[in-house]
Amino acid sequence: MAANFKNPVIRWIDHRLPVFSYLHHEANEYPTPKNLSYWWNFGSLAGFMLLVMIVSGIFLAMQYTPHVDHAFNSVERIMRDVNYGWLLRYIHMNGASMFFIVVYIHIFRGLYYGSYKAPRELLWQIGVVILLLMMATAFMGYVLPWGQMSFWGATVITNLFSAIPWVGDSIVTLLWGGFSVDNPTLNRFFSLHYLLPFVILGVVMLHVVALHRFGSNNPIGIDTKGPQDTIPFHPYYTVKDLFGLGVFLIFYAYWVFYAPVTLGDPVNFVPANPLSTPEHIVPEWYFLPFYAILRSIPDKLMGVIAMFAAIAVLFILPWLDRSPVRSGAYRPAFKLFFWMLVFDCAILTICGKHAPDWIWSPFSFSIAPDTGQAGISIISMGQLATTYYFAYFLVILPLLSIFEKTKPVPLSISRPVLGAGGAHASIAQAPQQMEKF
Amino acid sequence: MADHAQSPGNGHASGEEGTRRDFLNLTAASVTAFGVASVAWPFISSLNPSKDVLALSSTEVDISQIAEGQAITVMWRGKPVFIRHRTAAEIEQAKADDSADMKDPQADEARAQKPEFLILVGVCTHLGCIPLGQKDVEPKGEFGGWYCPCHGSAYDTSGRIRKGPAPLNLPVPEYQYLSDTRVRIG
Repeated sequence: MAANFKNPVIRWIDHRLPVFSYLHHEANEYPTPKNLSYWWNFGSLAGFMLLVMIVSGIFLAMQYTPHVDHAFNSVERIMRDVNYGWLLRYIHMNGASMFFIVVYIHIFRGLYYGSYKAPRELLWQIGVVILLLMMATAFMGYVLPWGQMSFWGATVITNLFSAIPWVGDSIVTLLWGGFSVDNPTLNRFFSLHYLLPFVILGVVMLHVVALHRFGSNNPIGIDTKGPQDTIPFHPYYTVKDLFGLGVFLIFYAYWVFYAPVTLGDPVNFVPANPLSTPEHIVPEWYFLPFYAILRSIPDKLMGVIAMFAAIAVLFILPWLDRSPVRSGAYRPAFKLFFWMLVFDCAILTICGKHAPDWIWSPFSFSIAPDTGQAGISIISMGQLATTYYFAYFLVILPLLSIFEKTKPVPLSISRPVLGAGGAHASIAQAPQQMEKF
Repeated sequence: MADHAQSPGNGHASGEEGTRRDFLNLTAASVTAFGVASVAWPFISSLNPSKDVLALSSTEVDISQIAEGQAITVMWRGKPVFIRHRTAAEIEQAKADDSADMKDPQADEARAQKPEFLILVGVCTHLGCIPLGQKDVEPKGEFGGWYCPCHGSAYDTSGRIRKGPAPLNLPVPEYQYLSDTRVRIG
């Protein structure tokens, strides 16, 4: 562990405060499975996006005024008067979308390759906590510009808590600091929107500590069995992560410079008006699946419970999927249901976007208001998709754990990489066969 | 390190390969530095005064209501500007002192477009306090101009530093007379 540093100043400091040894150990020589694919880039990309959001957010906060009379205008001032204010804001606005894209891919990566399974259950759960914190932060950030969708989004989401029996209304009053979403609400949302990213940063550190306990999972999903299965993090994965970052930045810059408002809702360019609700309230795209689940349940309290359960189910996922094979690559039935889940989430996103009584016509492939055309209503489609979402976690995965016939898993990471074919064993035998090296 | 994994390529070993790697390293580092700088630029630039702040960088004042011997203070770029309607005696005193021994010598003529109206930025050149002397009840210091209570700098009737730690005269802002009674400062 103790690295031998050439620089005498670094050596002097490290002897007394071993930060350099720590960094060398955790970010340099840190042994990483040698078969990681590009799907493993998204963790570092998420970390990068967190830093982008914190830095751009700090600069925006220097120009923003959290008061109902000034918030909207101060944002317009950022767009028009502050030097490069438009750039700061577009980086931050689109950064939220980029952050969620990266994190959702990161989560689906974990779902496919079984990264939530032992011994990484806690790592996975910490990740779910980060997702929850991100959602809270994104929601409160969206309120700050104080446009129509900010105001009514805040009203609708805080009203979710009124569904709680007995104390619901008192809780909502407490959240608002008044009898409607108003200046006290805006002030506390600003305060929390500034605080939570640093909480996320702390939880991300826990996430990394938990990750480094057993190291990254890998596309084959079997444990590394020795130095022949790993390569040092630097330079191999620093370079790979940096290359991925370059590609990602091109994607990110496209939105910032060429389609900066495409991902947002135009209604939010209208200043908040507590006396008039917009015709159709929709959250930002990254909340649409959860919004669709909320609307699918005709009961107020049950809808709210279902929406939160959609996240809560992820907490217990490690104990729902008992299959001893981690990677979806060796689970033919699982693979099918997994891709159906991805498709299902896309359907939920579409359902969340459109008015519940609109009709999806499979023949003309269009979604339009109900004029008697053949098709299925958005609400019914959302209900089907919600059913599959929960069935995947609560029924399909537990059953697959019992009935699925998995493909043979390689004995070690090195075997398939080095092409020493024919050394496959069935999963039942694999644990007993220790590789010799 | 596994024996069959390739050397991580700190490889400056063979001449030609080392050159290619150096080239790649330098190119990548330069592009990264350029990218970081081009992102840092707008972030740092956003801290400079914005357009709405710059738009308020001049102010117009009606000076017709200032009686002889009186002074008013107006706000300009967030700072106080002193406008004193000097008496004949004060002007005479200021001109007589032109040849006196001063830290920051300057003729009174160069400090006022019209001798009756002295326009100064009312911020002590020592450490930024506002000197006293605008109102009758305030001390004007031993040279009859302004007196800074923070560290005892005394300015004369032309706003020139005569005594105390301040290094420079009270600055004269850029201004022009729009008419006999209106002045635009800045």
